[in-house]
Amino acid sequence: MKSIRPIIFLGKRALVLALTVVVAVYVTIYVANMGGYVDEIVKGEALLRVSQEVRANPANRALNETQVRNLIEQLYQNELKRLGFDQPFIVRSFNYLRDALSLELGRSLFISSDSGSRSVRVIIMERLPNTVLLFTTTQLILFFLGLFTGLFLSRRYGSRIDKIMTLLTPMSSLPGWFYGLFLILIFASVLRVLPYGGMVDVPPPTDRFEYALSVLRHMILPILSWLTAYFFISTYTRRTFFLIFSSEDYVEVAKAKGLPEPLIRRRYILRPTLPPIITDLSLTLLASWTGAIITETVFNWPGVGSLFYVASVTFDTPVLVGLVVIYAYLLAITVFVLELVYAILDPRVRTGVMAG
Amino acid sequence: MMRVKPLLRYKSSLVGVGILCILIAVSIYTVLTIPFEEAARLWRAGEQTWLDNPRNALPAWVNLFSSTKLPSTLVFDTQKPGPEVIKVSVRAGENIKISRVEIRFRYDYDDFPSEVNLFLKSSYNTSPPQLTINWVKPDGTHIDLKKTTISRDDRFYISADTALSTELNKIIERKLNRQPPYIIPTTTILLGVEDESILNPSTVKVLKGEYKLLIEGLLFEPNADFDAKLVVYGKVYGWAGTDHLRRDIGIALLWGTPVALLFGVSAAFSIALIQMSIGAVSAWFRGPVDMAMQRVTEIFLVLPFLPVLIMVSTLYKVNIWVILLIVILLSSFGPGVKNYRALFLQLRESPYIEAARSYGAGDFRILVLHLIPRVLPTMIPSVVLSAADFVFLEAALAILGIGDPITPTWGKVIEDAFYAGALFKGQYYWVLIPSALLASTSISFALIGFALDKIFNPRLKEI
Repeated sequence: MKSIRPIIFLGKRALVLALTVVVAVYVTIYVANMGGYVDEIVKGEALLRVSQEVRANPANRALNETQVRNLIEQLYQNELKRLGFDQPFIVRSFNYLRDALSLELGRSLFISSDSGSRSVRVIIMERLPNTVLLFTTTQLILFFLGLFTGLFLSRRYGSRIDKIMTLLTPMSSLPGWFYGLFLILIFASVLRVLPYGGMVDVPPPTDRFEYALSVLRHMILPILSWLTAYFFISTYTRRTFFLIFSSEDYVEVAKAKGLPEPLIRRRYILRPTLPPIITDLSLTLLASWTGAIITETVFNWPGVGSLFYVASVTFDTPVLVGLVVIYAYLLAITVFVLELVYAILDPRVRTGVMAG
Repeated sequence: MMRVKPLLRYKSSLVGVGILCILIAVSIYTVLTIPFEEAARLWRAGEQTWLDNPRNALPAWVNLFSSTKLPSTLVFDTQKPGPEVIKVSVRAGENIKISRVEIRFRYDYDDFPSEVNLFLKSSYNTSPPQLTINWVKPDGTHIDLKKTTISRDDRFYISADTALSTELNKIIERKLNRQPPYIIPTTTILLGVEDESILNPSTVKVLKGEYKLLIEGLLFEPNADFDAKLVVYGKVYGWAGTDHLRRDIGIALLWGTPVALLFGVSAAFSIALIQMSIGAVSAWFRGPVDMAMQRVTEIFLVLPFLPVLIMVSTLYKVNIWVILLIVILLSSFGPGVKNYRALFLQLRESPYIEAARSYGAGDFRILVLHLIPRVLPTMIPSVVLSAADFVFLEAALAILGIGDPITPTWGKVIEDAFYAGALFKGQYYWVLIPSALLASTSISFALIGFALDKIFNPRLKEI
């Protein structure tokens, strides 16, 4: 009985997560189509395209106006059928859902990749490495910097450096892109030592090493802007977190027993705080690949964030849905894996006490 | 609310409260003195409304920090005669009249004007007046600007006239016997010292003293008349400068203040209240209600917030208050719900709730009278802290170009500046002043929020 419980628990969780993903993707499809409004845009575009083609075609010169109209109407209906628009939106939305869930991301409406492809998969895969390079790096730096500084400060609680760091925490109320503006102003506009934005020099260096160097140079300002913005708050959060955990009763007991300081830190403070920290890290890293719309716009970084932006303003539904469905899957999988790991690690969860 | 006083005990929060009070005072002043319709009209008006303003002028206070005094704008109008503007008319025959306009003014600034324009208006039936326009420098140099007939509403862009510029450069070349190595701008020739120094853009000097603009008009009808307005555009204007459309940035910044405060505070408060209520209901009823609400929260976790917001505002070209509503709706089931739920789950087991239940209090009564009031104070710090985020969200939307198209806001000013390439052209004031306002608003919220956190969560004060 005892061994089945966690399996049932995890099975239930998997089911619920799967259901959540399905509903979330459907809601996204519905919202991204603006409840069917995007259809009107696409239909309008199709009609425009068809009528331009017909009128520009010299072969149709001999036709009179009514014949031309009929021809346009006929071709337009064909085009709608090709797009699958002869079915009502509700029916199609479920087709979209099926395609999205099976990761058949389809073709974009307007956006094309740099290589000229209209395949959503190609478009996303083209942007993904750029964003991972910039934002996953940034988040990793932020995470470890915050973790170690926080731990350091929690041990020197009340010292001058601790007070200064706490005093600087309100700096984090300004977002990263905002510091980005100033860093651009200082380092690009006034000092002219770093580029305004973009990912690589124009024209891109042919030499591999120089190319990497140029990309690195373009990464400095975005990373620096995020560090300025979020370093203090992440340090402060970790510091408070460690402080709360180090005032737990069992830590006091360990101290009273006279255990050595490093042992207390490792076994009594770090170990119980590990699960929330790991959850935090994995979710932040996961979220980092969706990029940051505004930072990427400010720095003109060709990543997923700016793809999100362009897709939203042009109503390119397939791209939006594609991005969301990948994110939803990854999120669900991460959450499930985390629960699985905790179920294995945490004896309370293992016996199902916490299942609720 | 009784615990506001301790807030003043922290130095940092005192600064925050101070900044916030100033911002609120500015908001009240703005709302009372410039009606919103007026501000929106001024901001969206074409160049016609702002014709007398210089383009891309710095804020006037830069003169305080610099030894070279930058010029302000000088406007002289014959419709508003004064000691500087004299207009005399003489009859010179049966149908002919001569009108003389003399505009005298002192120019003591250290830098040249950004532009010089002459706006001419005339009234006549068939034959338009003929004008001869001359410019006299303090050293007595005469410069012929133009001889022309004018229409009823005419303009003479003195500093932008290429024919005049070529002519004046030739005069300088003849006078100094040397060809200027660059095309000397008309403003420099009109107001500069005409010696060797004018041949190098870095050594040109302003000739200080009294200038004269003479207009002699030949009017061919007894009732004909003309009026002239000379505008010597400066390089500084107001407390915030002007933008590329000559608009006074100050107006947008003033109106941005109440908009930013209201947007930030109302978004933060309503979202926190809604999230808390959802958390409370979820924790109190448990079972299927809880289950459903938790799932909805998870769905919202997947839904991309900013893209949806961008789509809706692109589609409907909504104004800022509709954007606010969408922000609230999209955030109602945000991650905050989970935190509040955890808090309420703990609370619902406390003895006083059990007591309330034992005397037969209903669900609604317990929720509204016992559970929510207990959590209300603990949420205030995070609400104040998140207000800063929403102030920036509005700015971010404006910078992406999808904010409210009518209301002037700080973000919109920054967007205009970006769009006009202010950072590339070195027009830093245009970005710096709205940014400073944004930053100080958000930092004041943060300072107050952190102090409140210490007051309301004493556990933090201990450690």
